[in-house]
Amino acid sequence: MSALKLGLPSKGRLQDLTIDWFAGRGISVTRTGSGREYAGQVSGVDNVELVLLSAGEIPRELAAGRIHLGVTGQDLVHEKIPDWPSRIVEILPMGFGFADLILAVPSVWVDVESLDDFDAVCAAFRAKYGFRLRIATKYHNLTREFLRAHDVADYQLVDSQGATEGTVKNLTAEAIADITSSGATLEANHLKILPDGLILKSQATLFGAKTADWSGAAASALRQMQERMGTDMSGLLDG
Amino acid sequence: MLAAAKSPLQAETDRILARFVEAGAALVETEALQPAETLLDLYGEDIRARAYVTNDPLRGELMLRPDFTVPVVQMHMRGGADVARYTYSGPVWRKQEAGGDRKSEYLQTGYEVFGGSDPAKADAEVFSVLSGALQGVSVQPVIGDISLIFAAIDALDTNARRKAALRRHVWRPARFRRLLERYSSPQAASGERKNLLLAAKSGNVEKLVNKAGKTIGIRSVDDIIERADVLLSEAETAVISDNDVKMISRILDLECTMETAAEKLREVAPALDSTAERLAVRADALAAQGVDISELRFVAAYGRTTLEYYDGFVFGFHADDPRLPQVAQGGRYDAMTRVLGDGKPVSAVGGIIRPETLLALKEGTA
Repeated sequence: MSALKLGLPSKGRLQDLTIDWFAGRGISVTRTGSGREYAGQVSGVDNVELVLLSAGEIPRELAAGRIHLGVTGQDLVHEKIPDWPSRIVEILPMGFGFADLILAVPSVWVDVESLDDFDAVCAAFRAKYGFRLRIATKYHNLTREFLRAHDVADYQLVDSQGATEGTVKNLTAEAIADITSSGATLEANHLKILPDGLILKSQATLFGAKTADWSGAAASALRQMQERMGTDMSGLLDG
Repeated sequence: MLAAAKSPLQAETDRILARFVEAGAALVETEALQPAETLLDLYGEDIRARAYVTNDPLRGELMLRPDFTVPVVQMHMRGGADVARYTYSGPVWRKQEAGGDRKSEYLQTGYEVFGGSDPAKADAEVFSVLSGALQGVSVQPVIGDISLIFAAIDALDTNARRKAALRRHVWRPARFRRLLERYSSPQAASGERKNLLLAAKSGNVEKLVNKAGKTIGIRSVDDIIERADVLLSEAETAVISDNDVKMISRILDLECTMETAAEKLREVAPALDSTAERLAVRADALAAQGVDISELRFVAAYGRTTLEYYDGFVFGFHADDPRLPQVAQGGRYDAMTRVLGDGKPVSAVGGIIRPETLLALKEGTA
């Protein structure tokens, strides 16, 4: 008889909004111990164990079935678990944590208004400078898959784990693929979004793990949560 | 003394290798870890989605070889004889699609011919040597030729820049199709694009750039002006005619026997006479090797998406069950030798057999 493990972001605004979201659905999540201790409890539903994790680790734990439910961004699940639909179910988008993964180029590229233009510029750039046009990103899988699906060639991805918007100015990249919520940071860094360069629209989402052990206490906890939230999650129990 | 019994797979691989050696090939070995840079240069970023990438603190980024061709070509270009035949055998590694049941590590046993002055004869030799090693199992051979689409692009009544753009996307059929559509029935330009073309006409692109913001990055204002000029001349270039577009479609749709391929190509594209002649010479060379060309299928578009680096003759041997991987495949890759050999191309054609698939067919376990 094992409890249902619910994985939530371990800190920050994403955690606060998640706790509010559950509270609005009759499930009370409270932090226990000192504010810095990563512990908490769930009341209102029996047999739910809270697991506080970095939002970036939740996709992996879901894919492995070590947690039953988890809250994180769609961008992280899609990027980190390439075959996620075989292991993870998107139960419910939660209406916050909006972030679009987009392809951006310098605003002064007045000759580039589509991926077709971008592809042509990649070809000319490689011919002139002798290396492939660099796109800075930390979303390697999503960006490569997007560009492959749109038949863009002659680019390379360079890894950027932060301050990605500054890479073009710093001459370490020619374009970027990054998360944006308002576009203000892009503008401040002299970049513009390609109109057809939307790679993924993402928001915080409640996910379920297909491969978790859904017997016993976990199943009854899920049924109680279903009732509270008014959301059908019974598909997770089938299989 | 213990005599270890050979596994059936080892025996099958050895049998194929022995045939290739008997045909005149020297047995060679290559490293499993290859510098990623060479493969990235050849295939672009897409190769990362197919090959396993690893890192060495001293040697940098490395890839588990996705095939033998690149290292074998490099070895030959470093100092092989004018005419050389090589054979090799070992595992290759390729990431597979999610949800599929294809193996990501499998054996390839190959036969490659470099140099010589009779490419048709070398094509026919590789085909018949591989075909001979597949005797006794039911497989369907298919022949194609990637050079047809390149010849068709050459024959288009349009400028060199458009031809180069089309050539660049031969391997990406959807974008190729879109490019051809744009060149034959252009869409109306957006307001922004019209402004850019006007600025290009009046020499005011730099003003437009300055208005758009601060110039950052390596790509310079001159680069932007240059491309604006290209877009302007593009907008003023005559469209590619419907007849030319139809010619490309008819060539790519061509399916017949190897025996009739040259004649059919002449029918749909009289301008491709010299290409048709090469098909005829190759058909004769295959017939001279004892291949029944009246039964051999020819599919013009064959191998355009899967056999990444071939640029001429291509072939494959398929099992009757379409879910199985190809039992054998190969083709001509002169262009790759030019890239890897500092601009001096040599004639190069080769192919591989997948011993695991072949054995499964023989044992009826496929």
